[in-house]
Amino acid sequence: MESVITHEEGLNLKETELRLGLPGSDESSEKESISISSSRNKRAVPDSVEDRESVSDTKHATAPPAKAQVVGWPPIRSYRKNCFQPKKVETETGSYVKVSMDGAPYLRKVDLKVYKCYPELLEALENMFKLTIGEYSEREGYKGSEYAPTYEDKDGDWMLVGDVPWEMFMSTCKRLRIMKGSEARGLGHGA
Amino acid sequence: MSDLTPTTLRNNVPLSPDEVLEIALESVLEFLPCQRDRNAFSLVNKSWNRIEAETRFEVVIGNCYSISPQRVVNRFKAIKSVVLKGKPRFADFSLLPPDWGARFSPWVVVLSGAYRGLEKLCLKRMYVSNDDLVVVANTFVGFKEIRLVCCEGFGTSGLAVLAGKCRQLRVLELIEDEVADDEEDWISFFPGGATCLESLMFDCVECPLNFNALEKLVARSPSLKKLRVNRYVSLGQLRHLMIIAPQLTHLGTGSYGPLEDLEDPLPANELRDHVSSAFAASKSLVCLSGFREIVPYFLPAVYPVCANLTSLNLSYANILVEEFKQVISHCHKLQILWVLDLISDGGLVAVAATCKDLQELRVFPMDTIEDNAGPVSDVGLHAIAEGCKKLQSILFFCQQMTNAAVISMSINCPDLIVFRLCIIGRYRPDHSTGEPMDEGFGAIVKNCKKLTRLAVSGLLTDRAFSYIGQYGKLLRTLSVAFAGDSDMGLTYVLEGCPKLEKLEIRDSPFGDIALRSGMHQYHNMRFLWMSTCKVTRQGCREIARQIPGVIVEIFNWNQVGEEGENSDLVDTLYMYRSLEGPRADAPRFVNIL
Repeated sequence: MESVITHEEGLNLKETELRLGLPGSDESSEKESISISSSRNKRAVPDSVEDRESVSDTKHATAPPAKAQVVGWPPIRSYRKNCFQPKKVETETGSYVKVSMDGAPYLRKVDLKVYKCYPELLEALENMFKLTIGEYSEREGYKGSEYAPTYEDKDGDWMLVGDVPWEMFMSTCKRLRIMKGSEARGLGHGA
Repeated sequence: MSDLTPTTLRNNVPLSPDEVLEIALESVLEFLPCQRDRNAFSLVNKSWNRIEAETRFEVVIGNCYSISPQRVVNRFKAIKSVVLKGKPRFADFSLLPPDWGARFSPWVVVLSGAYRGLEKLCLKRMYVSNDDLVVVANTFVGFKEIRLVCCEGFGTSGLAVLAGKCRQLRVLELIEDEVADDEEDWISFFPGGATCLESLMFDCVECPLNFNALEKLVARSPSLKKLRVNRYVSLGQLRHLMIIAPQLTHLGTGSYGPLEDLEDPLPANELRDHVSSAFAASKSLVCLSGFREIVPYFLPAVYPVCANLTSLNLSYANILVEEFKQVISHCHKLQILWVLDLISDGGLVAVAATCKDLQELRVFPMDTIEDNAGPVSDVGLHAIAEGCKKLQSILFFCQQMTNAAVISMSINCPDLIVFRLCIIGRYRPDHSTGEPMDEGFGAIVKNCKKLTRLAVSGLLTDRAFSYIGQYGKLLRTLSVAFAGDSDMGLTYVLEGCPKLEKLEIRDSPFGDIALRSGMHQYHNMRFLWMSTCKVTRQGCREIARQIPGVIVEIFNWNQVGEEGENSDLVDTLYMYRSLEGPRADAPRFVNIL
């Protein structure tokens, strides 16, 4: 799956990824000998098992979260799965993505192809929504305002705008969301 | 003798005792609408069988291949309502190849010949074509109600014919169907003048619609109580509909936001106020759903109706935890709640604090990737267990769980009838003890004495199944995935659960020995599904040979032409009881033994 691609590019994107899990969790999934569990009665064999999850007496290995695609699992109807795929409209000339801002009643759309770099995009967003976004730093995210620009990538994960090279952002960004308030502040602290 | 009561005379001729008995029985049967009871009644003797057949108005066929349409019309002469179900449930998860079957066409041909007076039709997981709908519309003159659930094969042109021709139509409900966009403005086909419509649900129809026509339709449907629109209706448009139909009891809101290409003339805060007033005026509203593309800013507009709601479906609403908590805090009367897991454990705690009458809860995952942690967990389940003691039905998706939380639910919610827990991480043990989830599910089957439906997940050994076999005496439906150690697991269930009707299993290590252990059971069950297990062709063949009245279908659609020691293993076994022989419409990849 996508995890294979990240290693080909040598860019360990997972390190900078925003996740919902607790800090420190999910480390084991980065061990890349994830065996894509075949559908024929094989269980995913873990390379290493976190102490918290070690099973003492059972003969079954605890499987690390396997990012493999298993047909029909979890049992959700495809209609429901598809409902949350954001639709990115690529035209010949433009690459439009939706932009939402917490608390605002309307969504907007921006054409990513119009901008050459992050500062240009951020300035456009500031003008569009009449706000200040603040200074970006790799360590601390966006400081100096209560807003943080985030985007959903093609894996469905929410990332902080600015962490990856602009070209990669352009090709993986599906939609933008300007977070506000406590959720935004949390992003700057290495969560 | 003038004191003879009318029932003992027909045309002034005294009736025989048998005839009197017949009439008495017919009167009794009026009070037996339930098909299960009527089935029992009809088995007493031939004449009871005949009486029952003559007075039955509704027939429910749980598996369209269990009986031929011809046999149905031969037995029952006066049917007004047909419920027909086709594909097995695992078809919803892409485990059944397309073109497997369950076509409505052979049924509609026969039904249209025999039951001119048919009024109601409910189809689930069937393939229904536009032509089928045309036959329905053209044949059944007094046709009143059609419900299509999880069906496919038809489009808006079929809907147009139904709308145009069924003048007595009261109910048109499309629920989770796949509807093709034939670019037909079907709403405009409803005839002019007042309609009989009571329920119109089309939230699953992914086609733009003519709002003008819909508005006029609603305006001339004075009996309309249930309306669920699709996401092509904007919030501003919805508000218009609500003003025209303040008598609605069930509302599906469509997008619940502005539509991209539609300019709403009102500024947002005014629109929100207007929508809020419309909700305040909807005094009868008890069931709210939709929110397909919600803009959260407008959510507070629903507050005026929350106190009356008994059913709320927010399972398509991408909102923040705090926004959810605000809404739920008003919903004291809620009995049914469907949500996304992004409300998180905090949201579930809020539900537990407010919704004391909750009977059904479904928590769907936003993110379907297996992960170490998710927004809901044992914490939320525990809170629900302690707060919602009247719970009867739960469907809960999560990334991690503990036995303790499940046990707590088994003790606190003794009325549970349906318990479906899906731990998305396969083989995931109790995350705090590292133990398998055996004890939790064991407690559920032991303590919840009314349980009839169970779905298990997480790391499970054969012990879990021994509990199910030991305590699951009322269990009718069981779903198993990635669980168990050996044949014993399935054997416990087949030997221990006498009421089992539907058993669906995937990716579990149960083989021929287990299969054999259920031989006494299979003719009592509606079906058995086993995919990616360890049953072999030989094992299946044995069953087919030894049990008459059961059809054994196997598919090997992943392994066509593959040689090797495993090529005798069957990919999918689907076995069902039937009065007919092997079906004639089986596609190439299906092997009927």
